[in-house]
Amino acid sequence: MATDSMVPPGESPEPFHEEVHDPRRRDFINIAAVSFAGVGALAIVLPLINQMNPSADVLAQSTTEVDLSKIAPGQAIKSQFRKQPLFVRNLTPAEIAEANKVDVASLRDPQTLAERTKPGKENWLITLGVCTHLGCVPLGAGEGENKGPFGGYFCPCHGSAYDTAARIRQGPAPKNLFVPDYTFNSDTAVTVG
Amino acid sequence: MSFPWAKHYEPKQPLMRWLDEKLPLPRLVYNAVGAGYPVPRNLNYFWNFGVLAGAALAIQIITGVVLAMHYAANAGVAFGSVESIMRDVNAGWFLRYAHANGASMFLLVVYIHIGRGLYYGSYKAPREMVWLLGVVIFLLMMATAFMGYVLPWGQMSFWGAQVITGFFSAIPLVGDTIRIWLLGGFAPDNAALNRFFSLHYLLPFVTAGVIILHIWALHIPGSNNPTGVEVKGEQDTVPFHPYYTAKDAVGLGVFLLVFAALIFFSPNLLGHPDNYIEANPLSTPAHIVPEWYFLPFYAILKSFTADFILPAKLWGVLAMFGSILLLFFLPWLDSSPVRSANFRPKYRMFLGILLFDVLVLGYVGGAEANARNVILGQLASAYYFAHFLIILPWVARSERPRPLPNSITEAVLAKHGGTSPAKSAVATAAHA
Repeated sequence: MATDSMVPPGESPEPFHEEVHDPRRRDFINIAAVSFAGVGALAIVLPLINQMNPSADVLAQSTTEVDLSKIAPGQAIKSQFRKQPLFVRNLTPAEIAEANKVDVASLRDPQTLAERTKPGKENWLITLGVCTHLGCVPLGAGEGENKGPFGGYFCPCHGSAYDTAARIRQGPAPKNLFVPDYTFNSDTAVTVG
Repeated sequence: MSFPWAKHYEPKQPLMRWLDEKLPLPRLVYNAVGAGYPVPRNLNYFWNFGVLAGAALAIQIITGVVLAMHYAANAGVAFGSVESIMRDVNAGWFLRYAHANGASMFLLVVYIHIGRGLYYGSYKAPREMVWLLGVVIFLLMMATAFMGYVLPWGQMSFWGAQVITGFFSAIPLVGDTIRIWLLGGFAPDNAALNRFFSLHYLLPFVTAGVIILHIWALHIPGSNNPTGVEVKGEQDTVPFHPYYTAKDAVGLGVFLLVFAALIFFSPNLLGHPDNYIEANPLSTPAHIVPEWYFLPFYAILKSFTADFILPAKLWGVLAMFGSILLLFFLPWLDSSPVRSANFRPKYRMFLGILLFDVLVLGYVGGAEANARNVILGQLASAYYFAHFLIILPWVARSERPRPLPNSITEAVLAKHGGTSPAKSAVATAAHA
């Protein structure tokens, strides 16, 4: 590099000898400037992408309390969790027995009822009411709704059928109904989220 | 570029000459859709549909910009604001019905425009780029139509958004993250409605930009024609204006008659009553169906019911997007040098079957998902892919096309009684 500036103009024996230096000083400045601008552009793009993620007020709706005292065995209620339907179901002993009878290995998304409920509270089945196929609300939580061939939930959109543990048994849905995080505050109250 | 015999723009008025020197915009129009664009003399009424699509886009942009002056993109009031457009805003009912049915008319003429391209081989060299840009326009239109349907925030709007954004959750590992990012929440809500409104307003202008590229790319080789034979000389063409401006105006009149019949006599014929119920995230309508123009693709989505290496849901989504992306490869899947199906008996027959197949898919897309319809949908979906991936390459290789006319002029004159080249030479001389 230094030789360039030491040769006086017009006196160089080889006029193109600067090709020897690779990259040239000018290339270096070019690469550095473009890289700097690239990093700057990236720094602008990141917030533009991130603004589409859920905002703080949407995330703030992330816990829901549910009162269980009014749900009789065999009944279910629809609540809301993160603006999505939440099914809370009080299983009857017969429904629990039916869920435990199934060979877990034969399931599309193998899970036991115990894995989907809390120890000692196996009658409380708490799931999102969002079909894992394309997000419809399955039937079966409301009074007199079609519970489908497996006695749990039935999605009217594309015919996915869930059993009494809300596990997928038939139709296009790939997964069991999602069990959100929740804790029992007392025997009759849970906090979801 | 244009043919060497294209007429030249020569403004006579001093003002127009002055403008031509400073900003040759009238010259651009003259060469694009005026007398400066020579077009094959034998175009039939199927060549109206490009102009009709342009007219439909203009109607959508004008009615849409006006509707946006009265609509409120907030989940709390969106449904009410649409109802107030219908009841309170002066002529609001007309604007909204024109916009809603205008979308159907737009898709209808675009489907016929695509069908014209398939039948007359307009996708083949040297017009591949015209076709590729057309598929891009089609994708933009589908995205715009979907997001527009969400805006009234009725039950079908909400559940359509839920189902369609649900496609993205089928992507392995990152699917749910992408879906939440797209929606700005865990379910469609205010954030999603606002961004859909913003994009629904933006994308038509992007579409208009791609349409300009589509026409630019078209004007390099010039328009195709019903014989598929290239233009050989001046006798094969007529200037776009006044010949095709007049012919397009006739078609536009018919288009507006059909459009008016829809708006004034059955404005809700193509809609769903459920969309007059406000969005309710806790209750799914018994039967979710998209608008009629998406039904064939919806049928392909529904046709995958069993896991095979990948989950059924992912297959469905891949096949549905694949059915459109496949069109990008069409110019290279069909290697036959003959363009027009009029001279390709086998291709013509299979194209007829494909049209029937797409209609079957449309029926299945809107029908209840019982065992018979699922199997029907699976067969029809399989045929759709077979047509493009197996039948088309095979037909191109094995088919014996009928003899082509030597020129457009010969074909035109043969139709009107004159067949001999000598006679057509005389006719040409007379015209000149």
